[in-house]
Amino acid sequence: MKHSTRLTRSRVIGGIGALAATAIVLTGCSSGGSSDSTDSAASGDLTPVSLQLQWFSQAQFAGYYAALDQGFYEDEGLDVTILEGATDIVPIDVLTGGDADYAISWVPKVLGSIEQGAAVTDVAQIFERSGTTQISMKDKNITSAADLKGKTVGSWGYGNEWELFAGMNKAGVKLDDISLVAQAFDMNGFLAGDIDAAQAMTYNEYAQVLETKNPSTGKLFTPDELNVIDWNTEGTAMLQDAIWADSDRLADDSAYADTTVKFIKASIKGWAYARDNAEDAAKIVTASGSQLGESHQLWMTNEVNKLIWPSTSGVGTINQDQWDQTVKIAMDTPNETGATVISEEPPATAFSNEYVEKALSELKDEGVDVMGEGFTPIDVTLKEGGE
Amino acid sequence: MTGTSPTGTPERRRGARRSGTTATRVAFGAGGVLLVVVAWELYKAIGPATGVMIGDLTVLPRTTDLAMPHVWDMIGRLFEQSGNGRNAQPVWLAVAQAAVFTLGVAAVGWVVGVVVGMLLAILMQRFRTAESAVLPWIVLSQTVPLIAIAPLVRRWGAQLEFGDFTWESWMSVAIIASYLAFFPVSIGALRGLNSPDAIHVELFRSYGVGWWKTLFTLRLPASVPYLLPALRLAAANAVIGTVVAEVSIGLRGGIGRMIIEFAQQASGDPAKTWAPIFGAIAVGLVAAGFIALLGVLLRRFRRGEVPA
Repeated sequence: MKHSTRLTRSRVIGGIGALAATAIVLTGCSSGGSSDSTDSAASGDLTPVSLQLQWFSQAQFAGYYAALDQGFYEDEGLDVTILEGATDIVPIDVLTGGDADYAISWVPKVLGSIEQGAAVTDVAQIFERSGTTQISMKDKNITSAADLKGKTVGSWGYGNEWELFAGMNKAGVKLDDISLVAQAFDMNGFLAGDIDAAQAMTYNEYAQVLETKNPSTGKLFTPDELNVIDWNTEGTAMLQDAIWADSDRLADDSAYADTTVKFIKASIKGWAYARDNAEDAAKIVTASGSQLGESHQLWMTNEVNKLIWPSTSGVGTINQDQWDQTVKIAMDTPNETGATVISEEPPATAFSNEYVEKALSELKDEGVDVMGEGFTPIDVTLKEGGE
Repeated sequence: MTGTSPTGTPERRRGARRSGTTATRVAFGAGGVLLVVVAWELYKAIGPATGVMIGDLTVLPRTTDLAMPHVWDMIGRLFEQSGNGRNAQPVWLAVAQAAVFTLGVAAVGWVVGVVVGMLLAILMQRFRTAESAVLPWIVLSQTVPLIAIAPLVRRWGAQLEFGDFTWESWMSVAIIASYLAFFPVSIGALRGLNSPDAIHVELFRSYGVGWWKTLFTLRLPASVPYLLPALRLAAANAVIGTVVAEVSIGLRGGIGRMIIEFAQQASGDPAKTWAPIFGAIAVGLVAAGFIALLGVLLRRFRRGEVPA
């Protein structure tokens, strides 16, 4: 009895020891890749600032990565950490939770949060145009929202559907007239023919199709083989990527308000850099850890530039007419359950041009082109798989 | 104490020895994998391109290269490059690194889960009231969807800071893995700790043996046959929890995020999306192998193993 007890203990302890050793070895291996924060300057003079993105690092956020890489934030005295998004991370929740100082998000998605009590302010409307489209194969003959009637229409949902619904609404197509399909990350449903008209961002999914071989020709799909419904021309575009700040802190904390101006200023400088140096900007994003292929990344940089430049009133300015259109669609367009994004006008604090105007005037004094009137997109050739 | 073991289970030899040598067992294992490959390719070759439909419902997938790439394409893709610039490396290497990372996080989650699960089980064994009070919560805890708690755990963790210690995102993932891993351990260990026959417990009592000594000399050894299947389940749960949490909060470096990143390229590069899935399988196999090793270490106590 005594003997067996001792054996028991030593075995158990041995077992636990082996376990612990394995765990330690494994964690030791893992510690290398876990840090996604940027190297923070050791200097104590810089103000630490964190920015929450909507998704993984990709050229959709090229301007912020460029500003970081080129030292524009540091020039303004900011030590910026870029936090990546993920499937279940809601940027506005991170912002209101106090875990980020600024967040990037689409306006219609945030309007709903504001109505539910989130105190956030759109301080710079970086994307002036919408990148959302509905694409279809040429032979389906879908060139406008009215043509969607009777078709299978794809959407990602989660707040990505409003421009589509508003466009259909405007064209007199009811939700019962189409068969709405939930779309996945990839375009396989569209390519397989399950979806007649699929949702596609100009900078991402549209390119994914162009990176795929058409089985009937053996060559990559070309823009000639596709029809595109662009919500900008259909008149139901909604405002997308904007920089959001915490409304309460803007009101009470003058240091935060100053930081906001600096942050916007350096970010716009970053976007100007991405406009003038699209290829370098794409490389900066890739170096930040994005897994997208080289030609896809460059395509995305170029398409995102088109959403910003040329700018109507200086990049970042929230144009009243576009804001009103976004709010109106958010209030008037019901989804398949009859719900709208918001039921009443958002509060006056929902957007403010105060900070971006200060940033723009400082940039103009420094000779930075914030209008981009002469902007011409580059030509990007997509390769198979985006490589 | 001869004849019967202290665990109360009659001593018996572990079945008839499994027939066959190591070589034939390896052959059977490889044959199983080969069978899957053959079935895949066979269906791809003879199945209809549009998939097998019953009415409007697709019951078997399409056989196009987009939906079902050839096995050799998937394997070939492993040896080609992924990413560009500084990130460029062969896919297999990227997947292997991600798999090691995920395995490490899962191992931490497993250890935390096993410790918590064991402590809960011991607490519940010791105090009947604790069992009534805690057990429903343990069961209830598993009904909370993982995707709901993952971002919360990350945000709570980010607010933790004592001294030089800062909470890293991977720790949130490990916590979520342990949240899934502790459940089978606590349930399995509780059954195991309660498994000694009354006659043995009473014998200990009549000798005036204290609770702790009874725990270490009678209850814990007796719990091993219940515990090992629970640990195996915990390992599987920890791996799944890690991958799902990685997807959920976008933790860089692991298999979960790689699955999403490659899935975004699924249309133009369908074979590539399978690479991280192979990585996830490898992680699962290593975890299962580790538990098998643990079983060898504890073989003295494995009398009459019970399914969890």
